Amino acid sequence: MRQSELKTLALLAIAFATTVFSCKPKNVSTTTSGDAAQKVYVAPGKYDEFYNFVSGGFSGQMAVYGIPSGRLFKVIPVFSVDPEKGYGYSEETKPMLNTSHGFVPWDDLHHIALSETDGVHDGRWAFGNGNNTPRIARIDMKTFKTAEILEIPNSAGNHSSPFITENSEYVIAGTRFAVPMPDSDMDVPINTYKDNFKATVSLISVDKESGKMNIAFQILLPGVDFDLARAGKGKSHGWFFVSCYNTERANTLLEVNSTKNDKDFIMAVNWKKAEEYAKAGKGVKKSVNYAHNTYNDNTHSATSVMEKEVLMLDPKDCPDMIYFMPCPKNPHGCDTDPTGEYIVGSGKLAAVIPVFSFTKMLDAIDKKTFEGSYAGIPVLKYDAVLHGEVKKPGLGPLHTEFDANGNAYTSMFVSSEVVKWRISDLQVLDRVPTYYSVGHLSVPGGPTKKPWGKYLIAYNKITKDRYLPTGPELCQSAQLYDISGDKMKLLLDFPTIGEPHYAEAIPADMVSKNSVKFFKIEENKNPYVTMGEKEAKVERKGNEVHVYLTAIRSHLTPDNIEGVKLGDVVYFHVTNLEQDWDVPHGFAVKGANNAELLVMPGETQTLMWKPEKVGVYPIYCTDFCSALHQEMQGYIRISAPGKNVPLTFSTGTNQPKLEEDKF
Amino acid sequence: MKSIKNVTLKTLAVLAGVIVFYACGSSEQKKEETTDSKTLVKEAEEVKAEDNSKGVGKFTHVDVSPTLDKQMADAGKKIYDVKCSACHRLTDEKLVGPGWKNVTKTRTAEWIMNFATNPDEMLDTDAIAQGLLEECLVRMPNQGLSDDDARHVYEFMRENDGVK
Repeated sequence: MRQSELKTLALLAIAFATTVFSCKPKNVSTTTSGDAAQKVYVAPGKYDEFYNFVSGGFSGQMAVYGIPSGRLFKVIPVFSVDPEKGYGYSEETKPMLNTSHGFVPWDDLHHIALSETDGVHDGRWAFGNGNNTPRIARIDMKTFKTAEILEIPNSAGNHSSPFITENSEYVIAGTRFAVPMPDSDMDVPINTYKDNFKATVSLISVDKESGKMNIAFQILLPGVDFDLARAGKGKSHGWFFVSCYNTERANTLLEVNSTKNDKDFIMAVNWKKAEEYAKAGKGVKKSVNYAHNTYNDNTHSATSVMEKEVLMLDPKDCPDMIYFMPCPKNPHGCDTDPTGEYIVGSGKLAAVIPVFSFTKMLDAIDKKTFEGSYAGIPVLKYDAVLHGEVKKPGLGPLHTEFDANGNAYTSMFVSSEVVKWRISDLQVLDRVPTYYSVGHLSVPGGPTKKPWGKYLIAYNKITKDRYLPTGPELCQSAQLYDISGDKMKLLLDFPTIGEPHYAEAIPADMVSKNSVKFFKIEENKNPYVTMGEKEAKVERKGNEVHVYLTAIRSHLTPDNIEGVKLGDVVYFHVTNLEQDWDVPHGFAVKGANNAELLVMPGETQTLMWKPEKVGVYPIYCTDFCSALHQEMQGYIRISAPGKNVPLTFSTGTNQPKLEEDKF
Repeated sequence: MKSIKNVTLKTLAVLAGVIVFYACGSSEQKKEETTDSKTLVKEAEEVKAEDNSKGVGKFTHVDVSPTLDKQMADAGKKIYDVKCSACHRLTDEKLVGPGWKNVTKTRTAEWIMNFATNPDEMLDTDAIAQGLLEECLVRMPNQGLSDDDARHVYEFMRENDGVK
């Protein structure tokens, strides 16, 4: 081990030691102000001011909380199956989780991007990334359902995504892991990384009306790790910025080997120029295979289509499209302020927070103030693009959010604090502790041109001693701060699902007014819909038995089914006939090897069941729907293949005779 | 807990007492019970018959022709098949809710259409609707009928009651 490596290790050791010793609060009573309880109290029956859409990390889902109360409203299933909602279990939703690797029931969702119009939230869609099997999901904020999942080819570790441009023209998705590209030999020694491994950034177009995503083009890049990104806004609209680490291009022990360079990069991409190159035919069509899954609110079904082609731009054919700005050291966050002038890099191992100026960057590009090039891409001079550095901000800067008054808020992972500083003169104004090891931050509207401000939410990595212990795995947590005054004030701790990474918050009325209450039964185009009880039936097709079943308070039709044989595959197509808000019906059958269905009013969902034994199986509604919910039940009889039981179904007839009725 | 949330405590208490015995159910239930529930309906009807109630909601006056509008009735039947038939028979037999036979003779058009489009408020304030709830114990759901839908269903009820 070389001297420099030892030094790095020693530094890391000190950093870790600091974490442990600095994270103990002095006294909780000194950290919350007297009126904190009043500020977060949302009286029973009253509504919160903001929705907070929070990544669920390794749960693969997206959670929705109210701010300032911290109350959890909903977990939206996105990349992971959810037996509670039948997501990934019903025949209609299984295609949502299809990929080029087949059905993938899990992922790791890190970042949220809410759709914008003119750089301001428009309350239409929330995007989330799947890190592990690279995908981008679009959630419809009217239904709080996952509307679309697009797999990203030529990608691995889809971490630097999704980040959105100011009119939702594009969602940006960058790779964390460089990998061999599919059009070359993919079976190469790992230590040929520097020669064979490439990174990519994808620009995913978003249809203005439908929101439908498509990969407009990808950019082929040297094999660095992309970490986070932001689109420009206002004056910098047309550009986006991506933090890059591992410019050493190490393929092993990155903890040491990717921390050798004093500076890595913020990559600046002129996407308007890239768009022109793509239109001018500068790209090369690459043969790929990736899944594009969409959910239709009329058929209440998902379809998965395998796409076969993607357009790839290579910077060597596209001059003046990409520049690197040196950034100390292993940068993580890369955030643009509301004016679009300043780009804040956060070097995890840096002692300062560098703030870059977009105007200076353009000037440096114009004057070709380069210090060299990296893999053929010009590297601008640090001093030429720098607005300035925030000195001694704390240890381990990660992410920065903004308010509407020219202030920035940066999370400090190692020293467990949030630091407020002024962008114009880079002065630190205030600091508050977090408990502990804060990661992402969210200010309502913080990444947009119009921060709504008022609150800041910190998403922590460590919570030890903050909550009652729950064994080795402790609860995940966020903390709410009041930022309406000069000093930040801690108001509330609240637990979260999964591990929370990035989140966005949006004024409640921008979303609540559009919320769908039920699906109109007349518009239900599911091929297996049952339009009223009169249509309820059971049909045999070979060894498939299709049960067209309706649910309404408080009975299932049919609720007595006979004539199904062992070896048959039964499909329960459950239509919820209700047309009222808040009346889903659940459906379950004993012994089913998948999950329940949770059918919204006016929806049809299908549960496939392969009975394994002869017998009579109960079916019932699982979601307490009415006073007679417990009566909402029935039976399906499974007979031996040789037994002559005709296929019959009924509701309300076929009652057994009581002994006393016989005379 | 869904539809229960609006039910008053008093109703809940009543409900707890009778839920076991009351099967708002099939025609094969015991004769005594049927008589009981019929009596209840009758009592409720008597209250209403006196003031010819229009119920609570947006319908204060509905023009009804002495003859049937067949087109409206047909449209109403389609709605009935999808949204109503799960709970209402066309005979006088009670299923989840009361059978529809003769309903247009005992209730005003306005009352029926208000109940169909505004069930929650009706169940909270209207004496007849509350009487029916005590009998059936399932709050009539809001099935999202438009004003026209309600009128069409009413016309279908008239057809069911023999209007030509």
